[in-house]
Amino acid sequence: MNLPLWRTGRLTDPRTLPLLITLALFIAMFAYGSLAYRGFFSLQVFLNLFIDNAFLLIVAIGMTFVVISGGIDLSVGGLVALTTMISATLAQNHHWPIWIVIPLVLALGALFGAFQGVLIQYFRLQPFIVTLGGLFLTRGLCFLVNIESITITDPAYTQLSEFRVHLGEYAITTNVLIAAVAFAAAIWLAHFRPFGRYVYAIGGNEKSALLMGLPVARTKVLVYTLSGFCAALGGVTFTFYMLSGYGLHAQGMELDAIAATVIGGTLLTGGVGYLTGTLFGVLILGVIQTLITFDGTLSSWWTRIVIGALLCVFCVMQRLLEKHTTGRQKHRSDITPVSGGRRETTPATAATARTGTLDQLA
Amino acid sequence: MTTATASAAVPILTMTGICKSFPGVRALHDVTFRLFAGEVHTIMGQNGAGKSTLIKVLTGVHPTDAGQITLNGTALTIDTPRSAEAAGIRTVYQEVNLCPNLSVAENIYIGNLPQKNGRIDWQTLNAAAARLLSGLALQIDVTRPLDSYPIAIQQMVAIARALSTEAQILILDEPTSSLDEDEVQRLFNLLRQLKARGMAILFVTHFLAQTYAISDRITVLRNGELEGEYLTGDLPQLKLIHKMVGREIDVDSLTQPQAAQMAQPGATFISTHGMGHKGTVHDLDLEIHAGEVLGLGGLLGSGRTETARLLFGVDRCDSGAVSINGHSARFNSPRDAIKHGIGYCPEDRKKEGIVAELSVRENIILALQARRGLFRFLSRKRQDAIANEYIKALGIKTPDAEQPIGLLSGGNQQKALLARWLATEPGMLILDEPTRGIDVAAKLEIMDQVLALCRKGLAILFISSEMGEVVRVSHRIAVLRDREKIGELDAGQADERAVFHMIAGGGA
Repeated sequence: MNLPLWRTGRLTDPRTLPLLITLALFIAMFAYGSLAYRGFFSLQVFLNLFIDNAFLLIVAIGMTFVVISGGIDLSVGGLVALTTMISATLAQNHHWPIWIVIPLVLALGALFGAFQGVLIQYFRLQPFIVTLGGLFLTRGLCFLVNIESITITDPAYTQLSEFRVHLGEYAITTNVLIAAVAFAAAIWLAHFRPFGRYVYAIGGNEKSALLMGLPVARTKVLVYTLSGFCAALGGVTFTFYMLSGYGLHAQGMELDAIAATVIGGTLLTGGVGYLTGTLFGVLILGVIQTLITFDGTLSSWWTRIVIGALLCVFCVMQRLLEKHTTGRQKHRSDITPVSGGRRETTPATAATARTGTLDQLA
Repeated sequence: MTTATASAAVPILTMTGICKSFPGVRALHDVTFRLFAGEVHTIMGQNGAGKSTLIKVLTGVHPTDAGQITLNGTALTIDTPRSAEAAGIRTVYQEVNLCPNLSVAENIYIGNLPQKNGRIDWQTLNAAAARLLSGLALQIDVTRPLDSYPIAIQQMVAIARALSTEAQILILDEPTSSLDEDEVQRLFNLLRQLKARGMAILFVTHFLAQTYAISDRITVLRNGELEGEYLTGDLPQLKLIHKMVGREIDVDSLTQPQAAQMAQPGATFISTHGMGHKGTVHDLDLEIHAGEVLGLGGLLGSGRTETARLLFGVDRCDSGAVSINGHSARFNSPRDAIKHGIGYCPEDRKKEGIVAELSVRENIILALQARRGLFRFLSRKRQDAIANEYIKALGIKTPDAEQPIGLLSGGNQQKALLARWLATEPGMLILDEPTRGIDVAAKLEIMDQVLALCRKGLAILFISSEMGEVVRVSHRIAVLRDREKIGELDAGQADERAVFHMIAGGGA
């Protein structure tokens, strides 16, 4: 888990297998599109997957941490919408400069996440219900700010929105850069900082983590803080993408984020999951949409149908793999992977221990 | 066995006047405990004596209600596992308390991961973990997740974790329950090395032999109170058992053997050879005849309930063979056992036995209905007939069969449970602590019922921590110690003293 996959030589490990299947599925879908539709096979189509899903990736990164810790965060969709709403109001109607608006909404998102984390940790409430409340609350607050959609014409926003990094004849947007930085930071946090390992530990066994003296309470609050921050950052990128604030933005995005996380191989029971998996989960969601766009005859609802089917298949697959592992473990427990030298000395010692106690009684 | 040289020295840790209550239970009352550097100190006591609670107070899992803890002469507040670790107290818990999804190396060092340039230094981490484990004669791939290793290895990893930082005090709460003989010896060798280095070791175990093999000092707890602290050399095993049980064993109790005067038992109903389950009991040879009561003797934790669970298919045997009426049988679940005519009244009547909200009638027909399957419903008339028959036969005191069973007294609930299994017309009944928590008169009644059933040709396995009761109702007594059968006594020759003597290792 700590080494890159290709160096461990454990490609068939049941923990990494779902990740590989996700990867294979993505390649297969992209290959199908390339064969079936003219113009599909191009770097720009691939890059568009990132451009059109950068915000979802950022939100799903936060979700991945939450799910690995054994929780869930349903509030992110609402928080994305609220972020677009506040950003648009402040930038458009009140003419606040962008360098104040963005840090402010990020701080608000983190604060909101921390608030939910505190409720979950210190009041022992279910993450599901707390963040469901958070979802309703944030959605509702959007319409308290404004019931209309606010279009942003602020020059700073439009410039950032239209900014392109050109790679030859191809291009990526600001959002892709933000998502890439977020993704790299998240990998670093998950695998090279103690915080990330605590998140995995808590997801693996919260009681054990507590007994091992890990800062469980702090970590759990921070996980929801991180998710809130990611949702706000997702909201910022969504603002760039749409150049508007609206209370009905990002409807159901929390569910897309969860779906991407699960398709990426993260177990909803916690403790197991990879950010790389989440990345490909997001890309799979994107490629389904692209396929449907290219086809042109299918309704966009087919995206949902395919995602639904994929989710079911992946959950069943994870369960089957789990069963397979436990079976294998049982088998393995017969073999003691210890050097053989100890056997010759011990029976004698054991016998001495026995006779020692018998003598004492006599 | 090294003698305690530190007896004159000042203890490194003292706990005085420790009290701890949980809702409805007084777990510890005014307990004093001392721990010396360079010693192995064992806490002994029956289940529920407060051993685990005392450990958990010391490790910050349960903050104390009252009392003081002093470490190296200074008062110490321990209210979380973190503060205990900070004070240099490291613990290996009874169940492996590690994270199965993390790598072995991470499990050893998490909370204290080596870092370089602001990131976790995986190389140093893995190397350190491998070095530490090889010190315990364990060469395994430390980058693999913990749950890819068997439980014994996991236990050694837990010990390695406790040793990963300089600890003053090492607490081992039943660390040997999942280890085999070799592994236990390896652990003991390690403990002796640590002791020589001046570490104070607190050891909790059920196993008498292990206590005498490793410890310098023994503290006995009973019912949450301190019974006494002794040097191991001053406390022979028999005396230790008396201290744990809490009384001199009285030969002339009301428990004269009754079963011995009864007719000879019939054919073998069930026999086991080398039956065992890793981590619970092993190599069990038992034989129970129709019309016979086999008592299981042994202290709490000696494997009595575990035996019952194996015989009823709750836990699966992973070694040995079972045969019923001469035909070999295999139980994968209680359903299989029930099909073979075995009934089981579990130890915890309230939790695993009765369904308190249901009526006496519904409780009685439960097992019979389960055996018939959901679709062959018993008519209400049949149900009433069965319920009333057993209420009368067993003398269950209830206004009528429709009374919710939760309102009945403990003794009557127990009789209803008996009735539940009798209704299935079993060949054998396993009674695990059928007399716990009921008054003396009811106890006698239950025991008489047991004998009456036995006279009708039922095979019965009788388990009770009241040794007198076992002696009273059993034809034969199989004595368990340390999860093994160490011998059998016939009812005629057995009294409580003989059983305890055998447990203490003196033979029959």
